[in-house]
Formats: sequence, structure tokens, C-alpha cells
Amino acid sequence: MNELGSISPELLVASVMVASTPILLAGLGELVVEKAGVLNLGVEGLMIIGAVCGFAMSVITGSVLAGVLAALVGGALLGLVFAVLTQYLLSNQVATGLATTLFGLGLASLIGKPFIGVRPPEMPRLRVEFLSDLPFIGHVLFSHDPVLYLSLGMTLLIWYFLRHTKKGLILRAVGENHDAAHSIGYKVRQTRILAIMFGGAMAGLGGCYLSLVRVPQWTEGMTAGAGWIALALVVFSSWRPLRVLLGAWLFGGVTVLQLNLQAAGVGIGVAYLSVAPYVVTIIVLVLISANRSQRLLNAPACLGRSYYISS
Amino acid sequence: MLRLEPRAQPSTLMQATAPLLAIVATIIGGGILFLILGKNPFESIRIIFWDPLFNEALVSYTRPQLLVKAAPLVMIALGLSFGFRAGIWNIGAEGQFVMGALAGSAVGLALHPMQGIWILPLMLVSGIAGGFVWAMIPALLRVYFRTNEILVSLMLVYVSYKILTAMVTGPLRSPIGYNFPESRSFHDNPSMHNSELIAGTGIHWGIVITGLLVILCYYVMRRHLFGYHVNLMGQSNKVARFAGVRINLVIVVCLGITGALAGLAGILEASGPAGKLSPHFPVGYGFTAIIVAFLGRLHPIGIVLAGLLMALTYIGGELAQFMLDAPAAAIQVFQGMLLFFLVAADVLVNYRVRIGTPGRPTSGAREVTAGSSS
Amino acid sequence: MRILKLIAASAVIALGAAGGTVSADEPLKVGFIYVGPTGDHGWNYQHDKGRKLVEETFGDAVEVSFVESVPEGPDSERVMTQMALSGHDLIFTTSFGYMDPTINVASKFPDVTFEHCTGYKRADNVATFNARFYEGRAVIGHIAGHVTESNVIGYIATFPIPEVVRGINSAYLAAKKVNPDVEFKVIWVYTWFDPPIEADAAKALIEQGADVIMQHVDSTAAMLVAEEHGVWAFGQASDMSEFGPNSHIASIVNNWAPYYVERVQAVMDGTWSNSDTWEGLSTNMVEISEITDRIPADVKASAQAVRDAIADGSLHPFTGPINRQDGTAWLAEGETASDGDLLGLSFYVEGIDEDFPQ
Repeated sequence: MNELGSISPELLVASVMVASTPILLAGLGELVVEKAGVLNLGVEGLMIIGAVCGFAMSVITGSVLAGVLAALVGGALLGLVFAVLTQYLLSNQVATGLATTLFGLGLASLIGKPFIGVRPPEMPRLRVEFLSDLPFIGHVLFSHDPVLYLSLGMTLLIWYFLRHTKKGLILRAVGENHDAAHSIGYKVRQTRILAIMFGGAMAGLGGCYLSLVRVPQWTEGMTAGAGWIALALVVFSSWRPLRVLLGAWLFGGVTVLQLNLQAAGVGIGVAYLSVAPYVVTIIVLVLISANRSQRLLNAPACLGRSYYISS
Repeated sequence: MLRLEPRAQPSTLMQATAPLLAIVATIIGGGILFLILGKNPFESIRIIFWDPLFNEALVSYTRPQLLVKAAPLVMIALGLSFGFRAGIWNIGAEGQFVMGALAGSAVGLALHPMQGIWILPLMLVSGIAGGFVWAMIPALLRVYFRTNEILVSLMLVYVSYKILTAMVTGPLRSPIGYNFPESRSFHDNPSMHNSELIAGTGIHWGIVITGLLVILCYYVMRRHLFGYHVNLMGQSNKVARFAGVRINLVIVVCLGITGALAGLAGILEASGPAGKLSPHFPVGYGFTAIIVAFLGRLHPIGIVLAGLLMALTYIGGELAQFMLDAPAAAIQVFQGMLLFFLVAADVLVNYRVRIGTPGRPTSGAREVTAGSSS
Repeated sequence: MRILKLIAASAVIALGAAGGTVSADEPLKVGFIYVGPTGDHGWNYQHDKGRKLVEETFGDAVEVSFVESVPEGPDSERVMTQMALSGHDLIFTTSFGYMDPTINVASKFPDVTFEHCTGYKRADNVATFNARFYEGRAVIGHIAGHVTESNVIGYIATFPIPEVVRGINSAYLAAKKVNPDVEFKVIWVYTWFDPPIEADAAKALIEQGADVIMQHVDSTAAMLVAEEHGVWAFGQASDMSEFGPNSHIASIVNNWAPYYVERVQAVMDGTWSNSDTWEGLSTNMVEISEITDRIPADVKASAQAVRDAIADGSLHPFTGPINRQDGTAWLAEGETASDGDLLGLSFYVEGIDEDFPQ
């Protein structure tokens, strides 16, 4: 296996970080949504809306920042549609989520028609004198774009929010037992709507990372299933933000690694590696659920249930 | 102020009118969409909803095709409805569909070029087994480890896609297909071909079997003890347990039924309309069927209607594309809109819309739709 | 039986109106079916360009329509049937997976003419057409062999079908001819279109030392990655020069438009036949877009010469002696590969140091 020696660890790690950012962002968003007790299967639709909004706005204005903002808003707005349907009209979350994906994919293609074959403005990269030139560390830590750093920051922030703030506690309480949360006086519906919109914005951001950084261009259907991977990620993480990061690196890493192994000439059988994350996720799920105390700690008990308050 | 008040009984009137209201809303919304795209809204709606049913030049083909397109959706949704009624959320029917197609095809292809009228039935049985086994993974994990079946079944969809690709680029690849990633055509051997029953219509055994299954499911759901148990479980696990329902058995049977029917739909589709396996074989029937099951309110007749409605939008959507130059994306948006309105209109079935402040104080809250009850 | 009669009756009505001989004042109805969105800037985009030229060329004499993103399989068969029933006279089906559906539908509508792209099955009313993309690959292989400094060329491949294998072999042979030290690294992505994966694959190849990227996948993702990393790259399907102002050397362009115009004309004139067309550089069905001036002038000139020699038939990209990867002889000195050999090609030529995917 001397071929392995030709894979540069620092480049590999840097690539994995870039490849995992979109699913990390979308996964973090969905984690918050699920922690509030809502299962939104529309992540794929939310991501592609973000991808097209971000791309279109940054092309129109010439500003990447405007694009990123548009992606956030676009994702949040489609999230709002899902929120109104599931929270006010009490529609089934699974069916509504699937409809959201279908609607999002179609709408994104319509919006994107004029932007096919256009080059977006470039996302600036971090360049710190000295630091960026450090061997290994420089490339891995100090050579990326702002959104990537933001995604890492958001991981910590969401962890802190859920674990150590009053609002985070309320959010978890709502996801754990909406009846109890309601009787204490928490606003179940409002909390969930905000969580869904936040999740939409994060998925949108993940989508625009694809269209502005990782690829960067607009093509129809370009998310190619990333939203579904983000859903898997949340489960894999057993609803813990720091593990979402770990999972994103695993999912993104396996894809990048198998491509690198092919390029290094290890053999093409490694293409089958891409199935590994899904199997690992199932195993993780089983382990969590077999362990009673852990399950009760993490998985939101009210996940997927509609909630109705009569007053 | 508008507010919702739960009905003691789901409104029968609204069960019939809510979907109609949703369709009217979609026609208006869709009309506006097509107007924005510069198409004649009336013509667009006519082509999507009317032409597949009544356009003289087309109906001889489009009417039976509605059945062909709806059959796998209805078959999978029928299976799903048992689980959904009991509060078991298998959303991986797509994977069971694929594995059924793979298992059935593998048996058929292994026997090629043998002849015999027993081959196709054997393939169907293998297909049922393939889907069943694939559904047993989430079922047994749920029973023994209380693992969430929504997520396991969803993960297994991706695993099944990968297996499909591996099989058609490997063992099942056609020896005469120039290395293209696809299996031998089932048309090559009449014994393994689920062929047209009425020439020129595309009607195949799957439609006949679906019809029989609708009746069977109606009977089981309404008259059989198992249907009663399923419904009890959907209301509450506790109540069901008190009534002597063996919860775990119901879970396994429900997922098993879903898997078996999805697998059957898979092999019928593969050996019939698709005619071969390739990585492009799955087109999302398993996911669309979830929507069909909900739109049909988990009732066999409702599912048939919902399946036909979905099929109508597909076929009408294709017509709109080449008759109007409407982009495929517009049709997707239109379908998304229809689904949004349909799920939203459902609120009218279980709730009354009231204006003003609450009449009588109701304490606490009530759950409406069962989620992943565990 | 009633249904049968109905079908027969309606088919007669439908065909009687439009099929058979086309009267001069009635426009010819031409339909196109695409496997993906026309906005992919690759395979479907190029076919749609052809459709637009048909519309421009014939104006009111044709009525052109299309359906995009039609999955291969039963859905495509239904779309074709609906097109035939609604009076289309000529239908172009533009993906390999439409082969069996096209043959099935054609047998039911003997008066409708079908053109299937990249297939190998024909019928009285079904012609096939494909392009010799490997000729273009020989030209870009020639350039790559010259401009590479690391002697490593990265190749993003899709599925191990003859079409793709021909491309790899052709490019390799041409590169090897001008640079004996050249080495190919191939990544199989098992998809035609997945921009993020394509980008990652390009990145992996660059990290493995490739300084020239070739691709068989459809999106511009790899080109953009090459631009970012400052390595050379060749475009696929459409002219991708915009996406790599510094990186782009040339693109192999699928130019279906002239063929479409010719075939529509043939149907109008009544001269159409169920031919099997496999054209390349000579008829411009495969085009090499403008080669950049950023490569040395002599390389550009020799590349043009290779292009012209292939176009006029004096050079065949597969000219012996060529051995298979395992060292066994394939083509003898001076022998050129037959079309039959090329159509079923499923092995690497000698010198490619990669496992052949089975």
C-alpha cells in the first residue's frame, strides 16, 4: 500500500473540511429543528433554494455577502412555509417535508434559469501573514473562506445555546414534552416556528456554500442529495452539535477519501466505501437506542408529533 | 381572531370537500404561476388536469397509463397505511422497492434462458421476500433495541441505491450490453417478462394485483382483528396493550407488509414497464407513495384516488411540457403547490375554524397526528 | 377488445392528421426528449442548442417541442408515445437509456420517425446517431502530453462503458506519443452529473500531482477547481472557456445542431432513411473549441495539425502497434481499429497503470 504515501494529509484534511461544510451547516440547522420536536424532511429543498438565492444575489449585486444573506433569507422563508403548514395548519410533518423538497427543487430551477453558465464573484479567503504559511497547520487552519469558519463557530454556538442558555432549555423542553412545556407557560408554537426558520436559514447557507465556494456555479439539481445526508448526520450525531461536526467530517471525509484513494491508484473497489457512513449511522443509532439512559438524554421525545393548543 | 377547534369526530363532509378545495386552490395558484411564466393559465390547467382524461387523440393511451403510473404508488401506499395507522413510520419504502426489484430480478436472470410459466411468479415471490427482508432490518432493530425506524429505514434507502449500482455494474450486468451499467432486458425472455395484457395500453399484471390488494386491504383494515389492533395502537400504545395487542408483533407485521408490498411493486415495475434494472431504475416511487398514503388518509379507497391524482399530475405535466414549452421545473413547483394545499386542507377535517375567542375553556393540549410513538 | 379498437381508431386519427406525407402548409412537428435539465450546461444543453437551431432554420415550417428531465425507462416510453399520439412526425431521443423505449414506441407508430442518440438498435423508422468523441480526445491528449510538467494527467471518468474507455485510451495514446513519460490517473465517479463530487474528484487528482485535468462528466465543476488551483483543464460537451480564464485550454464540443437540421430537412424532403451515423471531427459533429494562446504556439500548431489529420482521415487515433493493458497484442503495426472493436472496447491499452473497473 505504498500508494497511500502519495496522499498528502494536509491537503486531504483541508479538502474534507470544505466538502463537509454544506452538510455540517444544514445538519446543525436540522438538529435545532429536531431538538424542538419537529422533523423536517425538506432539507434538500431548503438547501437548493439557498444555493440558487445565494448565487443569484451575488451575481446581481456582485457582492458575496449579499448572496450569503439572500441564501439565509431564502432558506428561512421556505422554512416558514413548512412552519405555517405544520404548526398552524397541523399538517403531517413527513408529507409536508417531502412536499417542501419537491417545491424547493422546482422553484430553484425556475429562479436559476437566467443564471446558468454565469460565474459568481469569488469568496475571499483568509490569509494571515506567517500563520497561513505554517506547514500543515497553515493549510488546514488558516487558508479557508469565512463561511467555513462560521460553520465551525456555529457548531460551538449551538452547543452552548442548547446546553447553557435559558432559551436553549426552553427549546429542548418543547421538543421533549410539548404538553409539559405548554403548561409551564412556554410558547410551544412560537419556539418551533423560530427553530424551523433557523434550520431553513442554515440549510440555505449550506446550499449557497455549494454554489459559491465548493463548486462554484449554478446548475439545476446541484445539491444532488446533500440534504438527505444532512438528515442522516443529525441522527448519526445522536442530536449533539459537536458530533454533527464529527459526522460531517466522516460523511464528507469518506467521499473525498475514496476519490483520493482512486487517484492514488489503490483500486476502484474503494468506490464502495461511500456506503459506509450510512451503515455506520445505523450502527450508531442502534447503540444509542440500546442504551436507555442515553436515548432519553438526547433524542427529542416529541420528534415528528404535531401539537395543538386550544387557547 | 381565527382559531381552530378540534372536532369530536372527523368531518365526513370535509373529508370529501377538503381535497376539492385544495385542487381549486392549486388551480388558482398554478394559474398565477403559469401566467408569470408567460403561459396561458387556462390552457395550462386544462392540459394538466383535463387532457390526460378527455383529449380525444390521447385518452386511449393516457387513461390506461394513469393506472400504470398509479399502480406502484398505490401498492406501496397500501402497505405503508398499515404502519402509519399504527404509528410506525417506515419512510424507507423506496429501499424496499429497490431491494424487491433486485431480488426478483436476480432470480429471473439467474434462471435465464430457462422457460416456464412458473418463472415470473417465482420472481414475484422473490421480490416480495426481498422487500420483506429489507423491511425486517428496521423492524427487528425497533423491537429489540427500540431504534427509531424512521431513520433506519431512510438510511437503508441509500444503502439499497448503492447495492443496486454495484449489482448492475457487477454480477447483474448484461453480458450483451456493451458494459453499460444495466441488466439484461426482461423482454429477452417471455417467461420473465411481465408483459402487456392489453396491447398498446401498458396495462400489466401489477394493475390487476393492485386492484385485488385494494379489496384485501379494505377487508383487513375494516373487518379483520389485525386491522382493529393496528387502529388501537395508533390511538395509544397503552390502550392497545391493555386490550391484549402484542405490540411488537404488530410492529413486525406492519413493517413486513409494507416491505412485501413495496418489494412486489419493485419487481413488477422492473420486469414490466422498466424492462431492466439500471442505476436509473428508482424514480422515487417509495417517497411519493408516502404522500399518496397521507393524501388518501390511510384508507384504501382514498389511496387509490390519491394515487390517480398524482399520476394525473405527472402525465398532465409531461403534456404541458411539450404542448406549452413549460419547463419541467414549473411542473415540479405545481406539484409541490398541490401537495402543500392538500396537506393544509386536511386541517378542516379534524378541526373547525372558529372566529372570536374560545367559547369554553379547554385545558392543556391535545396531540393530533401520532408521531413516532415509542 | 373495445380498448383495442379505441386505440386503433385514435391512432388512425392522430396519425392521419400528421403522419405519412407532410403537406407543405402543415408544419412538421418535431419533438426532443432530454434526460436532464436543459440548464446543465453540458449534454442536454448542447442537444437543446440543436433544437433551437432547428427552430431558427425552419421557422414556421416546423413546430418544435421538448420535454426535459425525463427518467430513462417507462416514463420516457410514455412521453414518446404521447408525443407520437399528439401528432409529432419526428422525435429525437437523446440518451442511451432511451434505446429500448424508442424501439418499442417506434414499432407501434410506423409512420413516425425516430432518431436515437448513442444507441445500437435500429428499426425501419429508427435511425441512430453518435459522435466520435474519441477523435477530440486524441487532440486534447496530444496537447496534454506537451503541456504537462508533472507528467501526471488526471481523468474524471463516469461509467466503464466503451464510450468512456475509448476516450481514456485515445487521450492516453496521443499523450504518450508526444511524451513517453506521461502517466494517467483515473477516478471513476459512477455518475454523469454531480457537481460537488466532480469538484472533489478534480481536487483529489490535483493533490495527486496532476497538472492537467480531463473529464467525461458534464458539469463545469472540475474546470472551476482547476482554475482555482492553477492547473490546465479541458472542457467537456460545451465550450467551458468562460469558467477557466487561465486554465481552459480547449473544450470538446458536442455539436449536434447541423445533424438535426439535416435530418429535419431529410424528413421534409422525403429522403430520410434509418441510417447509423457516427461522425467526428470531419463533419464537425465533434468540435474542438478555440485552443488558447496561453500554450506554446508550436503546441497549438501541432494540435491543429493532429485535428486536421484526423478530420481528413490521414490519421486514426487508434493506429497500431497497440497492445492491451495485459501486454497481449491488439493492433499490429499500421493497423487501425475497426468500428466494431471500438464500439465494444472494454479494456485499457498498455501503459495505463490503473485497475480496469469490472
